[in-house]
Amino acid sequence: MPVPDSTSILTVRNLNVNFARSTLKAVDGVSFTLGAERLGIVGESGSGKSTLGRAIMKLLPNSAKIEAEALEFAGTSLGEASEKQMRKLRGNEMALIMQDPRYSLNPVLSIGNQVAEAAKLHLGLGKAAAYKAAAGMLERVRIADVERTMRLYPHQISGGMGQRVMIAMMLLAKPRLVIADEPTSALDVSVRGDVLKLLDELVTENNSGLILISHDIRMVAAFCQRILVMYKGRVVENLVRLEDAQHPYTRGLVAAMPNPRHPVRRLQVLDRPSIDAAEVRS
Amino acid sequence: MIEVENLEVAFGKGGNLKQVVKAVSFSVARGESLGIVGESGCGKSTVLRSLAGLDRHWTGRISLNRQSVDKNRTIEQLLLAQMVFQDPYGSIHPRHRIERVLAEPVRAMKKGGGWDRVPKALERVGLPAGFAERFPHELSGGQRQRVAIARALVLEPQILLLDEPTSALDVSVQAEVLNLLSDLREQQGLTYVLVSHDLSVIAHMCDRALVMKDGVFVDELDRADLQAGRTHAEYSAVLFQSSFL
Ligand SMILES: Nc1ncnc2c1ncn2[C@@H]1O[C@H](COP(=O)(O)OP(=O)(O)OP(=O)(O)O)[C@@H](O)[C@H]1O
Ligand SMILES: Nc1ncnc2c1ncn2[C@@H]1O[C@H](COP(=O)(O)OP(=O)(O)OP(=O)(O)O)[C@@H](O)[C@H]1O
Ligand SMILES: [Mg+2]
Ligand SMILES: [Mg+2]
Repeated sequence: MPVPDSTSILTVRNLNVNFARSTLKAVDGVSFTLGAERLGIVGESGSGKSTLGRAIMKLLPNSAKIEAEALEFAGTSLGEASEKQMRKLRGNEMALIMQDPRYSLNPVLSIGNQVAEAAKLHLGLGKAAAYKAAAGMLERVRIADVERTMRLYPHQISGGMGQRVMIAMMLLAKPRLVIADEPTSALDVSVRGDVLKLLDELVTENNSGLILISHDIRMVAAFCQRILVMYKGRVVENLVRLEDAQHPYTRGLVAAMPNPRHPVRRLQVLDRPSIDAAEVRS
Repeated sequence: MIEVENLEVAFGKGGNLKQVVKAVSFSVARGESLGIVGESGCGKSTVLRSLAGLDRHWTGRISLNRQSVDKNRTIEQLLLAQMVFQDPYGSIHPRHRIERVLAEPVRAMKKGGGWDRVPKALERVGLPAGFAERFPHELSGGQRQRVAIARALVLEPQILLLDEPTSALDVSVQAEVLNLLSDLREQQGLTYVLVSHDLSVIAHMCDRALVMKDGVFVDELDRADLQAGRTHAEYSAVLFQSSFL
């Protein structure tokens, strides 16, 4: 496994996010740096993974209060960046693939027009050439029947197709930082393998950094060079190999996965009191 | 409990016609749990939507609880089968509080106001009662999926059609939801059709699984096959290989 590039693309130091209606922090004192590497973030539902991703993109609603000692992307302090500067960065230099793709696509524009728009914007192509580049990219993410799919609207495509459309648009932009929030959760495993390969090529070719957010620990462990484990808004463990997990939460997650080779009648669930006790001690 | 003969589904017209499901037949016994795995876009959700009575593009024969059902269903027929949708975002009304999300189907099916069923429905899926007053955007993806399951259960159907019910969930909540689904099936004798791309989930939950590709079933795996990773078609072998199991 190659050593991760040490020059940092993203630096996050002591990031905190608070939602107005909640007393608990959704993100609590998170720090990490990201080089040209594949970093995985796992953690249970509600642990703050998506909130962390959106905070980095500054895409949180006004009800969220963000504080950080440092939030830097390729030399730019995101904390100080204006909304105008952020809009320029987003989709160009930094991209977020959202957890629900159909929700983030424009419902009144056909798939073909949306992807071609991305090609126009990022490759500076004319209309016909952009359409062709869009078709080519949709083929690369293994959309079958590209011609027909390009004429469809977001509500007419399947969940997995929506994820691949989002990924195709991002691949055209070639950003320096990619945050992929459950990018493959609706994909069958064979297509997922291809999509991961494409993401990896993008990261390697452009020397980009990738943050892969997923609840699929097996996939993250197989694909990423480093794994952050989040629990209740905090990073509780920073791992290179899943087998090295020490924290009872991480071990609990591993034990909760069904394993066909060791069938059980009931799956093990997390023993939260003992995890919280370990949290207090640490 | 479920019998399907020569189910075909096509979208579009003329030159744009696309045959999505191609003459599939299968049956599911009462209390059985059938899994469907397959390529993205191959027609899995379409099959479930046809079974649930949400899609009218189908032809063929569907019978539920020994009763042949039509494209237009009576309320009693609609009550037999409820679906849990693939994406917990699109399927829940974004501007309704959770209590309304849970009460709405009860009213739609003319079974009363529904509000009285909300606390029990939340409790059943392990969510605190206080969530009744929240809006969907105030929940995490996993919490929303539990709401979606609660909403399907609130009508007490005999058949649950589960479309990737845990793909938005982390493994710890997935374990809770899968255990919950197992318990419900055991206690109430429910019948499941479960679509998932995760073979380990299918192997854990299902007595039998069909492998779908391009609108048809290419393989059928029983419990022992699933546990041993034994396949009878090239495509299912690929699925096992890419599963990181
Ligand atoms: N707009 C909001 N207003 C209030 N609370 C919110 C809002 N968005 C998220 N939260 C809360 O913040 C916490 C973290 O949510 P987040 O979506 O980041 O979780 P996640 O780790 O991505 O979970 P999942 O795996 O289910 O997607 C949750 O408790 C959630 O209910
Ligand atoms: N309303 C519609 N109009 C036109 N085509 C449709 C419509 N609904 C579905 N389709 C097409 O039917 C095919 C199957 O879609 P379906 O949602 O059943 O796939 P799926 O197997 O569930 O895929 P995934 O695993 O990605 O969710 C796709 O090619 C899709 O574009
Ligand atoms: Mg999330
Ligand atoms: Mg589907």
